[in-house]
Amino acid sequence: MSTFPIIRRSDRIVVIGMTGGQGTFWTERMREVGTQIVAGVNPKRAGETHLGLPVFASVNAVVRSMQADVAVMFVPPAGVRDAALDVIDAGVGGLVMLTEHVPAHDMLDVFSASDARGCRIVGPNTAGLVTPGEAFVGIMPGHNNKVFSPGRVGVISRSGSLGTLVCLNLTRGGFGQSSFIGIGGDPMIGTTSLDALIALDRDERTDAVVLVGEIGGTMEEEAADYARTMGKPVVAFIAGRAAPPGRKMGHAGAIVAGSGGSYPSKRAALEAADVAVADTPHGIVGALAARLPALAKMPA
Amino acid sequence: MNLLEYDAKRLVLAPANIRLLDGALCHTVAEAAAAAERIGPCVVKAQVPTGKRGKAGGIRLAATPAEARDAAERILGMNIAGHPVASVMIEAQAAIIHEYYAAVLHAPRERCSLVLFSTEGGMDIEEIAESRPEMLRKHWVRTIDQFDEADAMEMLDGLALGTAHAEIARILVAMYRRYRETDAELIEINPLVQLADGNIAALDCKFVLDDGAAYRQSALAAAAAPDPSTSLERRASEVGLKFIELDGPVGILANGAGLTMTTMDVVSVLGGKPANFLEIGGDAYTKAEPALELLLAKPEIRALVVNFCGAFARTDVMARGVVEAWQRLEPDLPVFFSVHGTGSDEAVALVRDAFGIEPFDLMEDAVRAAIEAAQ
Repeated sequence: MSTFPIIRRSDRIVVIGMTGGQGTFWTERMREVGTQIVAGVNPKRAGETHLGLPVFASVNAVVRSMQADVAVMFVPPAGVRDAALDVIDAGVGGLVMLTEHVPAHDMLDVFSASDARGCRIVGPNTAGLVTPGEAFVGIMPGHNNKVFSPGRVGVISRSGSLGTLVCLNLTRGGFGQSSFIGIGGDPMIGTTSLDALIALDRDERTDAVVLVGEIGGTMEEEAADYARTMGKPVVAFIAGRAAPPGRKMGHAGAIVAGSGGSYPSKRAALEAADVAVADTPHGIVGALAARLPALAKMPA
Repeated sequence: MNLLEYDAKRLVLAPANIRLLDGALCHTVAEAAAAAERIGPCVVKAQVPTGKRGKAGGIRLAATPAEARDAAERILGMNIAGHPVASVMIEAQAAIIHEYYAAVLHAPRERCSLVLFSTEGGMDIEEIAESRPEMLRKHWVRTIDQFDEADAMEMLDGLALGTAHAEIARILVAMYRRYRETDAELIEINPLVQLADGNIAALDCKFVLDDGAAYRQSALAAAAAPDPSTSLERRASEVGLKFIELDGPVGILANGAGLTMTTMDVVSVLGGKPANFLEIGGDAYTKAEPALELLLAKPEIRALVVNFCGAFARTDVMARGVVEAWQRLEPDLPVFFSVHGTGSDEAVALVRDAFGIEPFDLMEDAVRAAIEAAQ
């Protein structure tokens, strides 16, 4: 039984675009930590072997000859829609979409299909998923043990770079991670902060959750409503308090218009739900130590 | 990317047979007077991609060509919410029976599209939703289902639109179709009006193009109004970097939007003022050298924080870019590093060799040092 979007070593993973430069580099990194990659996809290289793995023309072709639980795509924006529809049509249950700048109307088609078929999408514009010591998919330094270490704190982040910094701080502070869920920086994504929070709340290996959000949208506010009902402590950091209003800060999701989605709105909603909101990334470690009994710390 | 009202009407609404009033785009006072001569009593409207034009004095009525000339004289060259007014639209005045609101846009939370209609037009949608929520109709659309006239008729059911009912339904369907065809984030007609002759016409139009689809909407992207930007910001966008100039003295170079915003936040939380937003994450991680050049061209910067945390972005590649630009330009500027993640061993060694300093363990400490040095 897949626990996606919490990635496990038992998940059988297909890499779309595996034969390209980035696909090759990250497939090697994923396998280094024991991630179970079962096949690659490239319509032009079907039938070949790459990194010792079979290459198929499509995910539909993969599932005709083997089981696959999760697909991850190294595909440029213009090719994302058709590649994602292939995954959904093949009946694969989880899809990680790393690509940034995917046209939103293509994603409307993808979400329309994934909802109909029950496929869970993470992203687009995510850096991926990491379960330290077990597996990772995407473009996170999941193979770097200075950043990630096994433990019992779940981490949710819209940003890959900031998520990396937060996990690094946690590891150095003695808090290993049960799982990292990168949800992606786009405004319209398949797995929201709330979805990820629910997954980590249900995960028996998670004792506390760090929620790394950003200004824009109302995802953090919705997650706050759920956090109120949780038995596990939640600590948050929200990026963008110093951002000038109305300007897009790289992530399309991080634009503030009016009062909705602003830093004060998110912080107030989280604090009202008894979520500790840290002022700086390193402040997360102190806030977590104050909330979490010592047992969640890694053995020395 | 936003279109000006005139372009949105001409490029987005007109092809869908949505009725427009007679109008002309004018860049000079003389053009405005000539257009008013032809059109008659008119409205002179500032063409800027922002709302609140009326409140800013950017929309004026003119009964005669002389009045139109006078209005254009006042409006051209205004600055409305940071947008200089380079053109006005001269549009015929019309007798209006009723003002409606209509829009099609993305609904990120529901991961689908949303068609909106209200019998209360002419004000902001936020005001409409607040003051007359019972008059606001919403219809969510999955692309697999499409949106046809039966859906639109059902959506409008019970709204007492009289003879306008069928035509408004047709317009909503046409707006949805254009929204799909043009990769729009938003098409908003506010107000959509019923004229004295019974016809339904678009008096205004707001159109936002999805940046991610600009590559396949080249005509619309070419017509898009430029973002308000400084010359350095424009230079940055020419080399594919997102750069926003701010007022403070602490310059920031970081990778990834989240980490860059966070570096700005930490500068602010620790009592400093950031000088900029500039990130070189994603595929741009190879652009540290041009990015640093941009920062060094901003004389207000008195200290620099370089905060790298590599996931996809390799910190060794970014650090090498910084070192190369620094050695070439030899700036007299204190710089403070924090470097972690992918490639950090090599990156730290590069910084040590080139600058003779040790990167800070915590980004917070690098920021604190930069704030002090900038004072």
